[in-house]
Amino acid sequence: MQLYDMPDARGHFGQFGGTFVAETLVEALEELRVMYEKYRHDPEFLAEFAYDLKHFVGRPSPIYHAKRLSDKVGGAQIYLKREDLNHTGAHKINNTIGQALLAKRMGKPRVIAETGAGQHGVATATIAARLGLECVVYMGSEDVKRQAPNVFRMKLLGATVVPVESGSKTLKDALNEAMRDWVTNVHNTFYIIGTVAGPHPYPMMVRDFQAVIGVEAKAQMQEMVGRQPDAVVACVGGGSNAMGIFYPYIDVPNVRLIGVEAAGHGIETGMHAAPLTANSPVGVLHGNRTYLMQDADGQIIETHSVSAGLDYPGVGPEHAWLKDIKRAEYVAITDDEAMAAFHNLCRTEGIIPALESSHALAYAEKLAKTMSQDQVVLVNLSGRGDKDINTVAKLANITL
Amino acid sequence: MSRIQSTFNTLKQQGKTALIPYITAGDPHPQHTVKLMHTLVAHGADMIELGVPFSDPMADGPVIQRASERALLHKVGLTAVLNMVKAFRQTDQKTPIILMGYANPIEAIGPVVFADRAKAADVDGVITVDYPPEECGNFVQELRTRNIDPVFLLSPTTEPSRVDLIVKQASGFVYYVSLKGVTGAANLNITEVVDRVKSIRTQTNLPVGVGFGIRDAATAKATAAIADAVVVGSRMVQAIEASNDENLFDNVAVLMDELKAAVDAR
Repeated sequence: MQLYDMPDARGHFGQFGGTFVAETLVEALEELRVMYEKYRHDPEFLAEFAYDLKHFVGRPSPIYHAKRLSDKVGGAQIYLKREDLNHTGAHKINNTIGQALLAKRMGKPRVIAETGAGQHGVATATIAARLGLECVVYMGSEDVKRQAPNVFRMKLLGATVVPVESGSKTLKDALNEAMRDWVTNVHNTFYIIGTVAGPHPYPMMVRDFQAVIGVEAKAQMQEMVGRQPDAVVACVGGGSNAMGIFYPYIDVPNVRLIGVEAAGHGIETGMHAAPLTANSPVGVLHGNRTYLMQDADGQIIETHSVSAGLDYPGVGPEHAWLKDIKRAEYVAITDDEAMAAFHNLCRTEGIIPALESSHALAYAEKLAKTMSQDQVVLVNLSGRGDKDINTVAKLANITL
Repeated sequence: MSRIQSTFNTLKQQGKTALIPYITAGDPHPQHTVKLMHTLVAHGADMIELGVPFSDPMADGPVIQRASERALLHKVGLTAVLNMVKAFRQTDQKTPIILMGYANPIEAIGPVVFADRAKAADVDGVITVDYPPEECGNFVQELRTRNIDPVFLLSPTTEPSRVDLIVKQASGFVYYVSLKGVTGAANLNITEVVDRVKSIRTQTNLPVGVGFGIRDAATAKATAAIADAVVVGSRMVQAIEASNDENLFDNVAVLMDELKAAVDAR
């Protein structure tokens, strides 16, 4: 029985979430809410979604016992949920397929998306190509420079990539620009948001589409280990991969849920992207109320992380709620710690993880050390690191 | 009766439409804002919409985004904006001031503290772009008990049932956003605006202001013929952006004179 039942009818997780948008978008969100309510339990829609997850994405993604890593760390057994093996290289595709199928049913021929590292942009461009939808991706001009291979991938897939020059020229500004496009073209356009943020129903809908990760993991852990993990660890930027694996575990007692934010140069330096760990104040941005990195005037401040996918000043409202009710714990890992974990997994297991996922790995190592060998830590390995090789090489002063 | 209501009443008796220019506080420089406000009044502004700079102005087009960025270079936040209103009030106790901005700067100090400070600065109306009536809780009450008008936007996509919900919360006037899109996006379709304003009037007795997309004397005149107030934002900010310290006030005065003549010739 599912005891946890959030959000409420208007998308609130306690004081968090909601629909804080300009009037022009209210009707569009209402239309989306009604259509999602109609299809979220529709057998035909769910069958189509499941078919694509299996045959297009390659699900279920396996669970892998990282035995050499566990032995090296010494302590609990570390298992990896291999979202890195999905088509397009990360968990992002699960959500874009769900939303694109909804766009089709709503008769919207054009989809738009925001992207930071480019993974959500690539996943959106991919499903748009597969379904024959026009696709426009907004990306901060700083990120366009940093993530050139993903920009090229999106173009190969037929998408238009629009560099965003406003504000800090990163993910939050790309989101602003996508919102502006949506306000203008709301009649024919579906906005595919890439994380569990934005106005209702996005945080709930993205969580539901990503929950396949946790649903599979529960069955796989039972089959493989004969029990559920003692702790589930996932990185949190906006928080979609973490919500995806946490959600089916919320009602399972004795499973710790741990979200790992980006501490950047260190929480104490102020140069980070960890609103939950740093106890940032509550605020309103991008359509929802949540914990938000901001100054005393309520201006959003710039974030820092080595991983572009975690470089976001807010966090999905459901994570804010899970923190407040103490069902999940939130910690942060610095750039340096994440880099060490990145190299560790490459060398001990033959898996190149995304820098985002490396934050979860780094904390899992710390945690496992404090636990006994018969205990189990499950890490959501949310993406592969191929996209990050330029960043890693640059940090090591290597010219490719 | 609020200052906004009595201004509309006076104009109605004179058979006139209000001209409401918008400027972003602190643009191009905080030291110019109060003088700019007086210039606007001297050249026909019946009320002033004063933008509160925000780091993430999601509903604004490039022109007002840049204005926000220029103001933020000088760290102009809500407190600074309220101080500008106070300074303006030293010599003008008549012209209504409507703050326009986003929810987060208000959330940062809390809606009650904001309402107290806005009252102390003698602000008359508040438009909060991303506070729809369903989400702003007691904010509307907090403003109204202090005789500050909560002004809400209505858009081309707002269904009549929602118009009902919104006009119940609003006071002072309602602001019809004349096009789908961000501020300053494109030219407005005046026929569509006429129909919508007519329809809104069947649901409320509040004055109806029209803004977004009014770019010149012709559109100002056409809009003035059907609205109780004409709001000119991006066009005003463009004039500021194109000016230097020497000609700033003259350029704004020239544009205001042109708009005022058009609105009065409705």
